[in-house]
Amino acid sequence: MTGLADESKPVDPQQRQRLIAELRAVLPPESVLDQPEQLRPYECDGLSVYRRLPMLVVLPETPDQVQAVVRICRRHHIPLIARGAGTGLSGGVLPLSQGVLLSLARLKGILEIDSRNAIARVQPGVRNLAISEAVAHLGLYYAPDPSSQIACTIGGNVAENSGGVHCLKYGLTVHNVLGLKVLTIEGERLELGNGAFDLPGYDLLALMNGSEGMLGIVLEVLVKLLPKPERAQVLLAAYDSLELAGEAVARIIAGGIIPAGLEMMDNPAIRAAEDFVHAGYPVEAEAILLCELDGTDEEVSEQVMEVRELLLRSGALEVRTARDEAERARFWAGRKGAFPAVGRISPDYYCMDGTIPRRYLGRVLGRIGELSGEFGLQVANVFHAGDGNLHPLILFDANRPGELATAERFGGRILELCVEVGGTVTGEHGVGVEKLDQMCTQFRAAELAQFHALKAAFDPEALLNPGKAVPSLHRCAELGAMHVSRGQLRHPDLPRF
Amino acid sequence: MTTTEDRTEAIREVVLQSLAEGTPLHIRGGDTKAFYGRRIGGRPLEIGGHLGVLSYEPSELVLVARAGTPLREIQALLTEHGQELPSEPPAFGEGATLGGMVAAGLSGPRRPYAGAVRDGVLGVKIINGKGEVLSFGGQVMKNVAGYDVSRLMAGALGTLGVILEVSLKLQPGPAREVNLRLELAPGPAIERLSQWRLRPLPITATCHDGEHLYLRLAGGERGVRSAAGIIGGEEMTDGQAFWTSIREQTHAFFIQPGRLWRISVPPATPPLEIPGTFLIEWGGGVRWLSTQAPSEVIWALAMKARGHATLFLGREAGEEVFQPLTPAMLRIHQNLKHAFDPKGIFNPGRMYAAF
Repeated sequence: MTGLADESKPVDPQQRQRLIAELRAVLPPESVLDQPEQLRPYECDGLSVYRRLPMLVVLPETPDQVQAVVRICRRHHIPLIARGAGTGLSGGVLPLSQGVLLSLARLKGILEIDSRNAIARVQPGVRNLAISEAVAHLGLYYAPDPSSQIACTIGGNVAENSGGVHCLKYGLTVHNVLGLKVLTIEGERLELGNGAFDLPGYDLLALMNGSEGMLGIVLEVLVKLLPKPERAQVLLAAYDSLELAGEAVARIIAGGIIPAGLEMMDNPAIRAAEDFVHAGYPVEAEAILLCELDGTDEEVSEQVMEVRELLLRSGALEVRTARDEAERARFWAGRKGAFPAVGRISPDYYCMDGTIPRRYLGRVLGRIGELSGEFGLQVANVFHAGDGNLHPLILFDANRPGELATAERFGGRILELCVEVGGTVTGEHGVGVEKLDQMCTQFRAAELAQFHALKAAFDPEALLNPGKAVPSLHRCAELGAMHVSRGQLRHPDLPRF
Repeated sequence: MTTTEDRTEAIREVVLQSLAEGTPLHIRGGDTKAFYGRRIGGRPLEIGGHLGVLSYEPSELVLVARAGTPLREIQALLTEHGQELPSEPPAFGEGATLGGMVAAGLSGPRRPYAGAVRDGVLGVKIINGKGEVLSFGGQVMKNVAGYDVSRLMAGALGTLGVILEVSLKLQPGPAREVNLRLELAPGPAIERLSQWRLRPLPITATCHDGEHLYLRLAGGERGVRSAAGIIGGEEMTDGQAFWTSIREQTHAFFIQPGRLWRISVPPATPPLEIPGTFLIEWGGGVRWLSTQAPSEVIWALAMKARGHATLFLGREAGEEVFQPLTPAMLRIHQNLKHAFDPKGIFNPGRMYAAF
């Protein structure tokens, strides 16, 4: 992979030994890992092309132990990288060779379930799905459902502001967290919301969501629970063009319906998924739409009729409504299995995560098709169509010299394309180390400087996950992206944010 | 679409001049929320002339507009297309602007069910305290590139920067609304609301005025009808006017003289024990309290109930209005203020005396 500078300051062996001794004094035995074979499982997250061994891994079991670790590391000026389950897809918890990797996986207590307020208070290492399982008997659930929800932790979800298939209707992590307890690098605890709908002062709760572990360490999360919908129904519509499918999406939304999920797949993705899970997808179609509606029995009945009509009028080749729960599960199985399905037809794939205003869907997919030809690499597209979040999967073979680098360049172009139409380089996977270069395209020097100043307000010594999420101005200047890309935007007429 | 004028350069000039002279600015849109926050002086920086809807695609559910755009103009445009602002923000006057709405961060009756003002902010363009024009966020629902500066601006009362443009998430308006009234004392009303929270009911507003519980249901015809059957009570004929009077605080409760507190607590919190009169909103999550009790007593009460209290109306000059921050929180606030506005020129003291 491209050169990833490890800018952490060297730690001499004596200091390392002192650090280990201090950490061992405050943590249970076996909670400080320092042997290479123990460190190996922590060398990467879900984006495994970026790997590096940390200096040490610590596995505290209580908030007090986390606090003690933070105080020790700060005294030694050693960077800390907080990690949940390591399922992230942007290298957000890539270790530093002179840093301590702080695993929060052992803080997995569900501290309180308050059904009257419909909230649950959990520790950061609790898995996303475990929350819904713990409150299922009350008829409640936690709405955000990132695809990794079996494994990913709620602390990691906060760090990445995770979305999921249902975030079109139910929002992202930031919309479903009512409070946080956060540890500052000074080792002080901040309480950001405690179950009320808002908090005094600046909205630090919103700010913490998606901050990639760079402002503070999450010790506790207060999540909002929702009543489980009485019923969910899914429709599948097939199209002979991506544009028509894209227009259908716009029509559903403009028609006043917010589906629980609205997903699109292109032909290569349809074929791969069908070969893999036999969902019964029409393999000749250029695009399929999956539209899930949920709510009360009456609401769903009304909306299914409306959406079916709308899809038929939008030029769909066919529209199917899942007859039963088994068929509904089958329709979704293809979509949920799309990534592994693509993994079967290509030795490697590189998953992008750009978001665009939906109206540019046809233009962007068309251009991705052209770029595919230019770079000589195939692409399969799966798409959270409802909220404009694209996941182009670039197919490549890492064993062929240069192909990984080509895939990366191709991916970089796709993200720049997203920025050109007023979108963003990352919808839900985070910047991590992966998209640092593209951040130079999306933001100008003054904005990046503002981000750095914001971080310094929390972490003046830059000890919390340093080097992630926001590129240094130096890096961007070297890339030349500042003066080239921003100066030659293809659509200067578009308003930009 | 609407009247349009770009006054970015003029506004920036004032900021630069203020930086050079070291004189603080008092940022003003429609001046409809001057009562909110601490009372401050400073040279007025008028934003009202910087206006216009820049982009609105109904099928995207996104609107971009300059900060001085009148809120009622935006609402009229959305109504034309059957859409609405999810947070149902109050205007508190004819001249209310988009920028003021975001800076105040106040949400209306639909907040517990559809999200707050901050939830709907997708992007902002601001001038920071160095006079730089900066853009954050975007026009898309999902965006995790960089820290969420856009949502940080919501409710910051203009203390971190001058908001120039905002990009907002919208939602389709409902096909049908039904408004219900039930005779219930406050305690049982809170209890009933807590039970309904466990069921997927299309409630979009609640209010208790001391004697009656009012609810608004919104959605498709059949769904709303069925929910109304479950909830019971009598159907109101003046529902829309009622919710407007709650949102805009023209209801009789809000007109009584004296100090008005807004106490934000977990919604199932039992009725608060303090002399005064209450109006309850947000499924129990907001308790409006008219009382002469001292601020310290109310702040302690709110904290004990896991919430916070704001002196909403009736502040004296120099008085704090927001729940006091812990020393650690105050330090972070001061650091953030310094990160955005190092010379302290934007609305100093509007939120807390310390910055």
